[in-house]
Amino acid sequence: MIPLSWYLIVSALLFSIGLYGVMARRNAVAILMAVELMLNAVNINLVAFWRYTAPDRAVGLAWAVFVLTVAAAEAAVGLALIISVYRRRDSVIAEELDTLRN
Amino acid sequence: MVEQIIFLIISAFTLTMAVIVVTKRNLFHAALALMAAFLGVAGLYVLLDAGFLAAAQLLVYIGAISILVIFAIMMTRRLMQTTEPAFNSQAGFALVTAVIGFGILFWVFYLFREIWPLIPDATVPLASKPELPQEVIRNSVVVMGQSFVDPAIYVLPFEIASVLLLAALVGAIIVAWPKAEDKA
Repeated sequence: MIPLSWYLIVSALLFSIGLYGVMARRNAVAILMAVELMLNAVNINLVAFWRYTAPDRAVGLAWAVFVLTVAAAEAAVGLALIISVYRRRDSVIAEELDTLRN
Repeated sequence: MVEQIIFLIISAFTLTMAVIVVTKRNLFHAALALMAAFLGVAGLYVLLDAGFLAAAQLLVYIGAISILVIFAIMMTRRLMQTTEPAFNSQAGFALVTAVIGFGILFWVFYLFREIWPLIPDATVPLASKPELPQEVIRNSVVVMGQSFVDPAIYVLPFEIASVLLLAALVGAIIVAWPKAEDKA
């Protein structure tokens, strides 16, 4: 007896929390963690719509699996970039990475 | 009724952990809260009868991505213990933007309350989870697996995802490879 909109609202809340983290955090690893929260919120939406509107087809599940794959790739490359930046600049604070400014 | 209570408990847990992830100054604690939030999302998948995705969530997110994040935190640990502020100067604006963003989304749900009802009601479609025979639920993984290898459906995205994972693997190794001059 759970309405579809409850899942959508939880997902919207999770997305907003992740959005706040991405915009407000200074540490690059923390920003990446907030991005993972936002990807999870998207996945909740996909699975909820699948279950409520098209449970006999694979479309929602398959898309959620693709999002999962891309999230894994994104986390691996993102953390490698952060570690590389840390080696060169001795910092993982996003504001201090301003080589391209000016 | 029981399902609603379970849903509310899991959602409250997930959202609390998500708030801890974005507010905790100690990044290691934030990463542990992130694992808990992923666990909560896996619980929501179970409520949505997506058992395979819940298992994949446990393996990929809690098993792999969280461990990667914790490794990254430990490798950059020297900076974690400084007394620097956790938030940048735009944190206030960020909070306002996030609240407005959620407000707009909620407003959309309110506008479409005829289609996506906010209160449970067995007679209205989408106001309660459609009852399905156990067979359909159990069959959904089979249908998904077949769609991944069916040339008419998802075989191309599936192969591209494999190539993407390979490229990410190689790219991560190349990017994080220590340069000779760094070792000095």
